[in-house]
Amino acid sequence: MMKTSKLLPLATILLAVTAAAWSQSASTPQATAKALAKKSAIPLAEGQRVFEQNCSRCHNPPEGFSSRISGTIARHMRVRAGLSEHEEQAILRFLNP
Amino acid sequence: MSHTPPLLLPRVLVKQACRALCILGALASAVDLSAQNTPLVSGGVGFFTNTNGGKTTYTPTLSPVLEAPVGKHLLFESKAYILESFFPKGGNQGYGTSHFTGVTYAQGDYLLSPHLTLVGGYYLIPFGTYNERLAPIWISNFQSAPLVTSLGLMGTGAGLGAQFRGNAIENKRVSIDYAAYFSGHSGNEQVVASRATGGRVDLYLPQQRLEIGVSYGRQLERSRTNTYGTHLWWQPQQLPIKIRSEYAHGAHAQGYWVEIDYRLSQFGGAESTVGRLEPVFRWQQTFRNSSDNTDGLPAANTQRTDFGLDYHLPHEVRINTSYARQFSSTRNVNIWETEIVYRFLFPAWKGK
Repeated sequence: MMKTSKLLPLATILLAVTAAAWSQSASTPQATAKALAKKSAIPLAEGQRVFEQNCSRCHNPPEGFSSRISGTIARHMRVRAGLSEHEEQAILRFLNP
Repeated sequence: MSHTPPLLLPRVLVKQACRALCILGALASAVDLSAQNTPLVSGGVGFFTNTNGGKTTYTPTLSPVLEAPVGKHLLFESKAYILESFFPKGGNQGYGTSHFTGVTYAQGDYLLSPHLTLVGGYYLIPFGTYNERLAPIWISNFQSAPLVTSLGLMGTGAGLGAQFRGNAIENKRVSIDYAAYFSGHSGNEQVVASRATGGRVDLYLPQQRLEIGVSYGRQLERSRTNTYGTHLWWQPQQLPIKIRSEYAHGAHAQGYWVEIDYRLSQFGGAESTVGRLEPVFRWQQTFRNSSDNTDGLPAANTQRTDFGLDYHLPHEVRINTSYARQFSSTRNVNIWETEIVYRFLFPAWKGK
């Protein structure tokens, strides 16, 4: 295990960056409007509750970050913390007050 | 004189990478993203010291995380560790060094339905709470993992294969989430995994802020043994206290840990000089039923008490210090640990 193989980390980073590049290039204004409309249906207080009861169980909230990555954070938390789609949307609402 | 072979990409790896890129390309053609789904780079960088029985090891560490959503249903994520360890050689011969670079996980998550996600790739094994939730260097209160952590993690803490996970029920009174996995065997130097299966179910009561969970794991190669685990977490409403505990029972050993941390945010708020302090206490025991040098637990019954004091500096910097006394029939030791960790989180590239 202590031996270093540089190939796999390199390939992983390459794949992630490529996926990232593709995903970003495909953003559309219509999709943004749709997402904003969806988030506004959930009260901010509910988003705060979901954040405090799930994310804060393990870690402190980040001090600040770009709103451009709030959807990515919410999706990551959905997978990692076992959240439902509704809770993911609530967290997204909380991260974009 | 030693000769270093040139770094050549094996043909198989190139083929697989091309195949993966083609699949990603096909997926990306149908994406529908909001502006909030920019890929991100996160993680932690830290400097760690560990003095065990009078010998000090220094370990600078970088642990980056990449998160890249594709379309409405897909997320690629990966985490790696890069560290250099400086440790004392025996017989006053100075310090030696060792280097480690490894992938912790590299997985794709497909959101099949509001309550079901399919995970594929090299993923963290969902057993207990430490491996998936508390292990990152920017989260853990103590530098050392609990002694019992390795039980149920099938050797490396990661599996190679598929996993179903999600939230079964969620309302204001109760939340139940689950994870079930199957892992195949892999002997690759960077992707080490055992043939195994298992899973975890958590019940969370939001009003009581109480979580109870059970875990199961079965090794499907070599000894074909079962491992069982349970955990209990509680965060009282009135106080900024977190109480976490876990128990695991393997074929040859068992053990538990209880951790209590108290952020002093009641004294002038979480951002005040005193409010940034967080005393932490952990008590743990392991019990050896029969010898097994592969489960990662101490060879003899062991008790350990950790006293920690963490300080949350502004700008995502954290200093953790701790003292532990470990009692065992083989040896009693004092363990001093300090670390300074910076947590970073930013978009993968500059926006407009």
